[in-house]
Amino acid sequence: MESIKIEQLIEKYLDAETTLQEEAVLQDYFVNSKVAPHLEEYRALFGYFAESKNERYTKTIQLNTQKKHWKWLSVAASVVLLFSVYTGYNSFNSSSDELTSLEMAEAQQALEDTQKAFQLLSNNMNKGTAAMAYLGEYQATTNKIFKQPVK
Amino acid sequence: MKQSEFLNMVMPFKDKVFRFSKRLLVSTEEAEDATQELFLKLWKNREKISSYKNVEAFAMTMTKNYCFDRLKSKQASNLSLVHSNYKENGTSLDKKTELSDSVSIVHQLIAKLPEQQRMIIQLRDVEQYEYEEIGKMLDIKQTAVRVALSRARKTIREQLIKQHNYGIN
Repeated sequence: MESIKIEQLIEKYLDAETTLQEEAVLQDYFVNSKVAPHLEEYRALFGYFAESKNERYTKTIQLNTQKKHWKWLSVAASVVLLFSVYTGYNSFNSSSDELTSLEMAEAQQALEDTQKAFQLLSNNMNKGTAAMAYLGEYQATTNKIFKQPVK
Repeated sequence: MKQSEFLNMVMPFKDKVFRFSKRLLVSTEEAEDATQELFLKLWKNREKISSYKNVEAFAMTMTKNYCFDRLKSKQASNLSLVHSNYKENGTSLDKKTELSDSVSIVHQLIAKLPEQQRMIIQLRDVEQYEYEEIGKMLDIKQTAVRVALSRARKTIREQLIKQHNYGIN
């Protein structure tokens, strides 16, 4: 009878003396066939083992970490920052003492033009203000003609 | 070693690493993190591991050490692991409803075993490694593996019989 063979295997199993093949026999018996009532408790045990084997790691393994990326990004950022500060500093220095004569002339021209423009604006402005003086005359005349309310 | 070669080499045992770390860390999320971390470590040491005869056994040993470190740091920071997710999604649990209760009981019984016995049960009864391989992975003698395994199996059986009798009475 089969259950006697199984019982013997169970004894060996509990003493950890079964081979992998014998354990496979036990597993097959308890998962796939009708289990004798007095061996019922082993069904849960082998059922559990069989089920545990089916558990999978479902995520994908990432070999390039996010962490690494961030590290390199910060390195790149600091290099760019250093470079831009360096070049900015350089160009600031060079612009103050190395003006070419052409640039100088251009700047002079621009200054003159601007001054001319301001002069024009100021002339017109003065013309306008002179005209405003008549308005003051009007005000004085009206005050003379109409009696002022007594305060 | 190229990434594809490496993945071909380690893919066959990624589920084993995951299940082993889950046995030790209990929570699925923790085990997923551990698995990811472990393969990253292997990838970083890829030049070294190509000289190993048995990469899988080496990976399992690394998993054990990594999980122990995780557990230690958890204890140090006074955080307890979540023991709530015994139920698995997507397994055949639903099909055998009459079995599922006793199956999750087995899970809890194993969770109560000492770490060493838990690891050995996992490596032998779930992953079906030879005693010799388990001994190498855990750095103990074969006889010690057998003793611990026998003890673990007997403990689970006793508890199951107890539960079974409660169910009847």
